[in-house]
Amino acid sequence: MNIEGRTLHPGHGEGDLLVLREPLSFWGGLDLKTGVIIDQSHPEVGQSLAGRIVAMPGSRGSSGTPGVLGEALRLGVGPAALVVTKADVNLIAGVIVAEALYGVNCPILQVAPHEMPPHGVADRCTIMAQRQDWPAVDD
Amino acid sequence: MKLTDAEAHWLSGGKGKAQQLAMQLIVAAAEASGALELVPIDFAHINSCHYSGRLSLDFAEFLLAEGAQLSVPTHTNASLIDRANSGLRPASDFPDEVAGAHRLMDIYEQLGCTPMWSCAPYQQTDGRPTLGQQIAGSESNAVGFFNSVLGARTNKYGDLLDISAAIIGRVPFVGLHTDEGRLATHLFELRLPDELLSDPRLPHVLGLILGREANTAVPVIMGLPAAEEDDLKAIAAAAATAGAVEMFHVIGITPEAPTLDDATGGRGPSRTTVVDSQLVASMLASLSSRTAGSVSAVCLGTPHFSVAEFGELVRTLGEAHTHPSVTVIVTTSRSVWAEVQLRGWDVLLGAAGIQVVLDTCTYYLPRSTGVTGTVMTNSAKWAYYAPGMLDVEVVFASLADCVASAIAAEIRLSNEVAA
Repeated sequence: MNIEGRTLHPGHGEGDLLVLREPLSFWGGLDLKTGVIIDQSHPEVGQSLAGRIVAMPGSRGSSGTPGVLGEALRLGVGPAALVVTKADVNLIAGVIVAEALYGVNCPILQVAPHEMPPHGVADRCTIMAQRQDWPAVDD
Repeated sequence: MKLTDAEAHWLSGGKGKAQQLAMQLIVAAAEASGALELVPIDFAHINSCHYSGRLSLDFAEFLLAEGAQLSVPTHTNASLIDRANSGLRPASDFPDEVAGAHRLMDIYEQLGCTPMWSCAPYQQTDGRPTLGQQIAGSESNAVGFFNSVLGARTNKYGDLLDISAAIIGRVPFVGLHTDEGRLATHLFELRLPDELLSDPRLPHVLGLILGREANTAVPVIMGLPAAEEDDLKAIAAAAATAGAVEMFHVIGITPEAPTLDDATGGRGPSRTTVVDSQLVASMLASLSSRTAGSVSAVCLGTPHFSVAEFGELVRTLGEAHTHPSVTVIVTTSRSVWAEVQLRGWDVLLGAAGIQVVLDTCTYYLPRSTGVTGTVMTNSAKWAYYAPGMLDVEVVFASLADCVASAIAAEIRLSNEVAA
């Protein structure tokens, strides 16, 4: 499968693809021991993010999202890469800090909603997200 | 997007590693959200001080070790623990969380934050940014209140981003920081009888309706004749709970909405929702899983109780004592509690069997606190979150009905308005 998009965080990720129908609430919605979704109101409750390429609209809910995503990455139960339709700054913050503190990489790719694969679990795929240039200096 | 020379210097590490990482986070957020520049802020209210695992602690330790300095006055949101009451979350049961939360609170104080530990910092004397000020907020109800009631300007910044904004003193200039982003597009027109318009539960229910219907639009309410500050606080909290509303207008009441034209920038709403008695009744019903039977606990103060709310509680109680079998807890901030003590109300509340919890909130405390079984609350936010967090039955009711039920140890609902 070939997914093209915009780099929100650069890097390389490989794993089985898991496509979520709805945004995920990380704080209180993810079991940090296993990486399994425990939010009972989420349609993919029971699925694990661990080591997978997780595609979803974005995150929702509490300000705890960046810390919980970063913590999942630290513990080795986080996703291998994220594919989102929303330019979700909380997800970006979580992966930047996990990389800075622990050297764990989790690239994030933004795609148009119609480019999102159908929900469910699919085959192994690879995400290669190129680094974007830092912004120009205003003279 | 463009950076100033100073910002580019910080991004390249010229002012230390903490400032650099904070810049990387804010610049990445700016790029992702399409901002063309950063805008200076005057104030921040941060949630990064709420322990959520080792990463939150390691990040704070990194900031401290690298000599991070705050650029703006920075107040802290509620914590995982009440420092004055260690029994609420015993360290023996939760060793990592309790030790982590203590250390995290120490670090954010050492970084120079004002230790408010409150989700309602805007009800404290030096925590009220003013009309047009650019700020960084994190806690969802506070973001709604800052924007809507005070007219200060903030998007909702998650953990790590909020403290980064406070360190560099900048945020991406986008969304609710801009004039355009604050204009209402979704009108909520109230068509309600007088008894509902004066019902103390209405602001909570309106908030839920806004949260469910507005999605990412800025909503505007028309037809609310009056609202106290605590009513607007209830709207902000419920709207951010049931949805992602970070700002709302109330025509004739909130500062950027003298008229519908002002609220919408002269364009008028692109969508209208009529709020009638049926909608309010169905929303009220959705908040309670019981309407009769015994009550084991009453939880008040989500968001943290104000001095005015304590005054109403004291008046409602009169000489009464709550039933010994009912756990009654009010959550508030240290500074509001100090004002309550100055008025001597702490003695009255203690004599009536009411406990006060500071620094934290009851919907994420462990069960050992007595918050079990059927719990009554006057907060839609508490009623919405608690069943998922605590495995309790919830009854949402007015403060007067919560007090009457706490005295009787039985659900007492006044029947002015059918739920």
